[in-house]
Amino acid sequence: MGKGGNLKRTSHEVLPKAPTGIHGLDEITGGGLPRGRPTLVCGAAGCGKTLMALEFLIRGAMSYGEPGVFMVFEETAEELAQNVRSLGFDLEELIRKKKLIIDFVRVERNEIEETGDYDLEGLFVRLNHAIDSIGARRVALDTIETLFSGLSNAAILRAELRRLFRWLKDKGVTAVVTGERGEGSLTRHGLEEYVSDCVILLDHRVIDQVSTRRLRVVKYRGSVHGTNEYPFIIDEHGIGILPITSMGLQHDVSNERVSTGVPRLDAMLGGKGYYRGSTVLISGTAGAGKTSLAAHFVNAASERGERSLYLAFEESPQQIIRNMRSIGIDLERWVRKGLLQFQATRSTLHGLEMHLVAAHKLIQEFKPDVVVLDPIGTLTRAGSDLDTTSMLTRLMDFLKTQKITAIWTNLTSGSDTEKTDVGISSLVDTWLLLRDIELEGEKNRALYILKSRGMAHSNQIREFLLTDHGVELSDVYLGTEGVLTGTARQSQEAKEIADALARDQAIAGKLRELERKRQALEARIVAMRKEFEAEEEEAKRILSEEQAREDVLRQDRNKRALSRQADAKPTTGKQRTT
Amino acid sequence: MKTRTETQTSVISEEKWELRLYTAGQTPKSLTAFANLKRLCEEHLKGRYTIEVIDLTRNPQLAAGDQIVAIPTLVRKLPEPLRRIVGDLSDTERTLVGLQLRPARSNNP
Repeated sequence: MGKGGNLKRTSHEVLPKAPTGIHGLDEITGGGLPRGRPTLVCGAAGCGKTLMALEFLIRGAMSYGEPGVFMVFEETAEELAQNVRSLGFDLEELIRKKKLIIDFVRVERNEIEETGDYDLEGLFVRLNHAIDSIGARRVALDTIETLFSGLSNAAILRAELRRLFRWLKDKGVTAVVTGERGEGSLTRHGLEEYVSDCVILLDHRVIDQVSTRRLRVVKYRGSVHGTNEYPFIIDEHGIGILPITSMGLQHDVSNERVSTGVPRLDAMLGGKGYYRGSTVLISGTAGAGKTSLAAHFVNAASERGERSLYLAFEESPQQIIRNMRSIGIDLERWVRKGLLQFQATRSTLHGLEMHLVAAHKLIQEFKPDVVVLDPIGTLTRAGSDLDTTSMLTRLMDFLKTQKITAIWTNLTSGSDTEKTDVGISSLVDTWLLLRDIELEGEKNRALYILKSRGMAHSNQIREFLLTDHGVELSDVYLGTEGVLTGTARQSQEAKEIADALARDQAIAGKLRELERKRQALEARIVAMRKEFEAEEEEAKRILSEEQAREDVLRQDRNKRALSRQADAKPTTGKQRTT
Repeated sequence: MKTRTETQTSVISEEKWELRLYTAGQTPKSLTAFANLKRLCEEHLKGRYTIEVIDLTRNPQLAAGDQIVAIPTLVRKLPEPLRRIVGDLSDTERTLVGLQLRPARSNNP
């Protein structure tokens, strides 16, 4: 088996592929199912085989211009049309436009008697006729193993199935063949023996009462493919698969910056805000203002005319809108304008994968510029820590490739704020930490940037104030007594003003005292001069008295000399020498 | 079902039989089947049967109507209910049971 396939295959050429159009499957398979070859889709009952086969045809007919033939062995065409109408596919319309043929093959054992040799040429004829009548490029057989319950000659059936798959290849149609999961083998009747190019396994598990659908490409001959188990969901738009683990780290990055919506925070982030397409983690204790900060960013994005998707896991949209209105942010107008979409789900409602796939699909449909996940921590309740981390990593990668700026909030416990309970902190680009500072009987909020890759950012702690006109950041008091916020900051500031006043007063006093001293000194100088003058005067007076006395004495001596009739002339100067 | 078979065998003599043999080209199996059918009808239903041979290679659109999967397939259109017998009809006993010309004793030996 399969040797004949080598005729058409040239090893160096890329295997031609037929895109399925199924959300995510083309990413996993690197472009789709092998063109012109059958693919086996197997899994237990109710795992989504029929839907996958049908969606492959419908997408092919609607999106890729490839009509399809759906050969059903279990349901009737009407039942099928009804089942998929709930998924938004109008089969009748496609059938009317000759883009799709549904052929219902009924093989009832109790209506059939087998006598002698036969083959399944009838099936071939029907298939061939259907393919040719609309020029079909795609075929799905669901579930061909039903033939084994309708016809008893397994040897003939096996030979004929082998021939059928060979025939499908020769016909050049891309086929999907479904098969029921068997015990210890992929399919109950070993279809994997015949279909060897591509095998996809679907699984539906219930773990902890949460159901999870998973898909795995078991083999894909001649092609690289994702080998993991990928979660998928079936919702009102068909199948959605999450291919994210297959993504590399090659996404383009943007140098564009977007405002955080808080001018002071922009200033802290190099004056410009976050990078577009980066992942911002806002973590903090309960009531620290994480949602408010996220709402600011959403508001700023909406004002720029960008679209935001708000995934809320704890609060209802109305509650968030009301709460944000109390700080002066009107989110409702953006919802009305269609720029903001809320999606509120309880984290415990789905399995983790469901959340991821749902978010993924929502993002693809709404095409937002900003995605808020508030809060991410609650998702751990829907899965283990490891699962959550891997899911968030995948979502982050996806958002980055789409250049969507992501705001994730995370609740941290009071003691260990620089740690996230889901361990994704090393993956985020910008991490804002909101923490409470408890001091003097009150709790105040403080914000600082723990990290912000690729930009200069402030290392300062700012006090985070929630006012009726939004978030405000204010300088904290940094002094000898440490970081102070709130009332403590205010009282400290008042104290400082008082201190300054006292200092000023002290200086003034000192100056005054000095002046006084100077004046006293000068007064003393004046007094001393007066004293000196007085002394001088006294001295002069004494001197003049002495003079006067001497004059009197000389006159007196002269008189006495005269009286003694002395010879010498009465001269004052020579008197003593004689 | 057995009682019904018995009543049918009793009224068989008056009924008109309408048989259709689906084939796909002139394959040995088809030829064998037709020969076998012709012989059986001559033996058991002489004078009150019609056989229509439908070659699906020429009229492929007819295959879906009678839910034909295997070739050759013999369809008993009349009398009701509809019966299908696949194979080249080489096992006469089983063919007769299938056509309800004989009680299905082989079903519970």
